[in-house]
Amino acid sequence: MAEFFSSPLWTGTLWPALIMIAQSLLLLVVLLIAIAYILLADRKIWAAVQIRRGPNVVGPFGLLQSFADLLKFVLKEPVIPSSANKGVFLLAPLVSCVLALAAWAVIPVNLNWVIADINVGVLYIFAISSLSIYGIIMAGWSSNSKYPFMAALRSAAQMVSYEVSIGFVIITVLLCAGSLNLTQIIAAQDTKLGLFGWYWLPLFPMFVVFYVSALAETNRPPFDLVEAESELVAGFMTEYGSTPYLLFMLGEYVAITTMCALATILFLGGWLSPIPFAPFTWVPGVIWFVLKTFFMFFLIAMAKAIVPRYRYDQLMRLGWKVFLPLSLAMVIIVAAVLQFGGLAPQ
Amino acid sequence: MIFPALFFYLFAGICVASAVMVIASRNPVHSVLFLILAFVNASGLFILMGAEFLAMLLIVVYVGAVAVLFLFVIMMLDVDFAQLRAGFLEYLPFGLLIGAIFLAELLLVAGGWAINPNIATTITSPIPTGVSNTQALGLVLYTKYIHYFQLSSLVLLVAMIGAIVLTLRHKASVKRQDINVQNARTPALAMEVRKVAVGQGLQDADAGEWVK
Repeated sequence: MAEFFSSPLWTGTLWPALIMIAQSLLLLVVLLIAIAYILLADRKIWAAVQIRRGPNVVGPFGLLQSFADLLKFVLKEPVIPSSANKGVFLLAPLVSCVLALAAWAVIPVNLNWVIADINVGVLYIFAISSLSIYGIIMAGWSSNSKYPFMAALRSAAQMVSYEVSIGFVIITVLLCAGSLNLTQIIAAQDTKLGLFGWYWLPLFPMFVVFYVSALAETNRPPFDLVEAESELVAGFMTEYGSTPYLLFMLGEYVAITTMCALATILFLGGWLSPIPFAPFTWVPGVIWFVLKTFFMFFLIAMAKAIVPRYRYDQLMRLGWKVFLPLSLAMVIIVAAVLQFGGLAPQ
Repeated sequence: MIFPALFFYLFAGICVASAVMVIASRNPVHSVLFLILAFVNASGLFILMGAEFLAMLLIVVYVGAVAVLFLFVIMMLDVDFAQLRAGFLEYLPFGLLIGAIFLAELLLVAGGWAINPNIATTITSPIPTGVSNTQALGLVLYTKYIHYFQLSSLVLLVAMIGAIVLTLRHKASVKRQDINVQNARTPALAMEVRKVAVGQGLQDADAGEWVK
């Protein structure tokens, strides 16, 4: 037994794999608990804007509401429509939830606190978010019902459109940082200026475009045409209930949190302290990261409470005729300024 | 290392199996879903080879965009299976011919090392050591092959313009909305306020004139 633990098989392969699995599980558990409170925060913020109390019965201040909801969804009986395509119907919520969670593998919450520090981290997140469309399309098609199908087609067009502008926004940040690695993008924002050295200031228009596109990409209000309850019942999840519905809901909120984390990394300096001197730099980076991510989520939650839903043609117009030319122009301007201003990262 | 080998067999196995299922499954939507699975596993194989940039592009472009359009079209079309199967024997010789050509080409590619053992050294742009995959690709693509790169983008531009020309139709019956015109409207342009005496009503009501 002792020679097994000193053999290269154990020290070189199995032990690192075990550590990685343990880290992933830890991240997953922390993330899921955070999502439970993000969901509660969403409802509380929405309620506060409308001068209501929001959930306040389960636990002190309603703090256990999300866990009660979890129990409720899990204990309900899942119903599969008789004309549905059973395999795809059950696969769809799993796909959307697993893909949303997979994006967190590359997100650095602190210096070197990341499961996989890969060179193409931004592209990985971009790829994962472009895959999340499949959960919706599969759900819409397999339900074999009109409203889910229409919602799926609609949302597919919506998500593909806004992915284009998100791609260009990411390119402007990459031009400034000179790397596709998320850790290095944050390191590139680490200047003496603190808060004012982050990319939100020089790339402010892109920050706004990213925020609005993130709303559209995650199907949040005012772009929640996927589940426009006034027209499409409940959109692509009309036929879903109990645990499959819970998985959709979870996937949606994880995707929102991922977008908030991505905005934090690209524009708000990740784990860096906003004020770059002594008492503030003692605070662990992960706390700054969480605070910034929550700030982004607060902005997204406020948009839900304040803004009415877009009409579909206006949504498409905004994506293709406003954001796409704007972000394309910004890519050229940023590249030109970096090249001719001698600011390009080496 | 055990894991790369394990993952290679996992990805390769699923890739081949799902490629078989693409042609074997009865439902065309299932076929496309298996095709997507094959793409994702192929990108996993790319990662194992160290081509992480290509792997991510494969997912973003093929899975995230092209396969979505496939899925769209196939979901919208009502495919008649009996009709599809009717011509099977008719197309069989042609299919066999294409299959044979493919097999011969694959054998030539795989046999390249046996025919010419030095073939690996004749690659025009070997990957330089010390730079990342993305950087190496950029260094070659934007310097040595810049003209090919721009030519291929022109091909895409032509295809895009062609698609727009084919589908863009201005119908006289469809009212188009111009957001700038709408935003430029003022109360003075849009409405007229009149004082109406009691019991008189509007004497010269002419609805058609001021409704713009």
